[in-house]
Amino acid sequence: MSFEWPWQYNFPPFFTLQPNVDTRQKQLAAWCSLVLSFCRHRKLYTLDVLEAQESPVFNNKKIERKLSVEAIQVVFEELRKKGNLEWLDKNKSRCLIMWRRPEEWGKLIYQWVSKNGMVNSVFTLYELSNGDDTEKEEFHGLEDWMLLRSLQALQAEGKAEMITMDDGKGVKFF
Amino acid sequence: MDRFVWTNGLLEMNETLVIQQRGVRLYDGEDKAKLDVGVVLLSTHRLLWRDQKNNECCICIPLSQVIFFEEQAAGIGKSAKIVVHLHPVLENKEPGPYQQSKYSYIKLSFKEHGQIEFYRRLTEEMTQKRWENTPVSQPIPTGVGPKAGRTRAVGIVGIERKLEEKRKETDKNISEAFEDLSKLMEKAKEMVEVSKSIANKIKDKQGDITEDETIRFKSYLLSMGIANPVTRETHGSGTQYHIQLAKQLGDILQAPLEERGGMMALTEVYCLVNRARGMELLSPEDLVNACKMFESLKLPLRLRVFDSGVMVVQLQSHSEEEMIASALDNVSDKGSLTAEEFAKLLGLSVLLAKERLLLAEKMGHLCRDDSVEGLRFYPNLF
Repeated sequence: MSFEWPWQYNFPPFFTLQPNVDTRQKQLAAWCSLVLSFCRHRKLYTLDVLEAQESPVFNNKKIERKLSVEAIQVVFEELRKKGNLEWLDKNKSRCLIMWRRPEEWGKLIYQWVSKNGMVNSVFTLYELSNGDDTEKEEFHGLEDWMLLRSLQALQAEGKAEMITMDDGKGVKFF
Repeated sequence: MDRFVWTNGLLEMNETLVIQQRGVRLYDGEDKAKLDVGVVLLSTHRLLWRDQKNNECCICIPLSQVIFFEEQAAGIGKSAKIVVHLHPVLENKEPGPYQQSKYSYIKLSFKEHGQIEFYRRLTEEMTQKRWENTPVSQPIPTGVGPKAGRTRAVGIVGIERKLEEKRKETDKNISEAFEDLSKLMEKAKEMVEVSKSIANKIKDKQGDITEDETIRFKSYLLSMGIANPVTRETHGSGTQYHIQLAKQLGDILQAPLEERGGMMALTEVYCLVNRARGMELLSPEDLVNACKMFESLKLPLRLRVFDSGVMVVQLQSHSEEEMIASALDNVSDKGSLTAEEFAKLLGLSVLLAKERLLLAEKMGHLCRDDSVEGLRFYPNLF
């Protein structure tokens, strides 16, 4: 399924950081939602800033416009404030994109677990993210760090417990 | 390429090598020359090229044959080049690698870079034209006489030289004529120094000098046009001169302002007013001070300063909202506009057009698109 670009994507001013404060707020909001939906579509969980410049998100070759590095940083900062982004290093060159927050992932996983009547069973992390049973689920292919956080969120809610097993980590659902 | 001649590659007596660069391929116009990659050499007199693999193969062209040259930037898969435009072939030219060519220019393709330095040196040599000072005899593979070097001084180069001499003469005449003026300017400088020191003395000795003397000194200073530190503080109340001037401006500027849609940049006003006056021209300070009094004198004009610092005189009746609304209409009509296009559309100066667009953007009606193509304004669809 191909990605549906929002109307702003083909509007040249979208790629210039607007000086008018009100206009900028709306612009940044549109950028945030574009970045998140793009990452969700491509199942991207990390972004590298230098690579991002050339990615179609920030670089629309058709209208020959691209977002400057400074503007990209502003967008990322906005995402960080909203809780959808976390920097992996001090230099701000790589970041984690959480187009779905850990709590939301945790909820999805728990729903699947209870729907299949597998409450009280133990799963390895690998089974959850890469097992055959979960193939059709949205959280299939979820990267480890995200899976971990989601399960920790569930743990905080008392719906799961992390277990350390011989060959790795596992989780038990209640 | 048919301007090149075979040469043994040796430099003449007064000829010096300036720079050389390997990895250069020659082009006859747009076509690759039927030569391999070689070394290009620039001397004070000639441009030479030698085949890297076969040193015997060496060709050259006198620098006087060069009309002009330009850089051609590198592209994908293409090296950077220097394009050299040449005079037509000389009648008694020596044999060279090409008998004829349909192009009057050649290209040097720098496969191993070095074009920046080469271009710089070539520019230097072409400016200095050192070959004119020390003409060398043509390299003599077939015994052409030494005169060949001299004949090149006639023709275009000769005409250029004559023009240059004429220009120097005119320059000298003008400087002589203005010698008196520069003496006057020196005297004026001394006057200014004197009056400045007097002004300082007044400032320091406030209270020691009597009323009379102070007033006298102040009037001297005013007549010399020096800003007296004392009156500057009381400037807010304005002088009679400025008041009268403001009233006069109010009359003069009505019609022009209406013609230009109610707004004129202060510089335009300055030019207009001074052109009209002919004599007793206004200084910029006087103009600004007079304009600042518009409001207090209840004249129908206003001096307005934009965020960017641009100052305009506008009619009081000028409605900002109307202007912005019409600006938005224009932009929406055309999809997007640059300041230049907008200016052309409305018959305004580019400066004022830009100010209006910026104002509309500030109000949130327009948004900007800043790219390598320039600054465009779009209706704010956000």
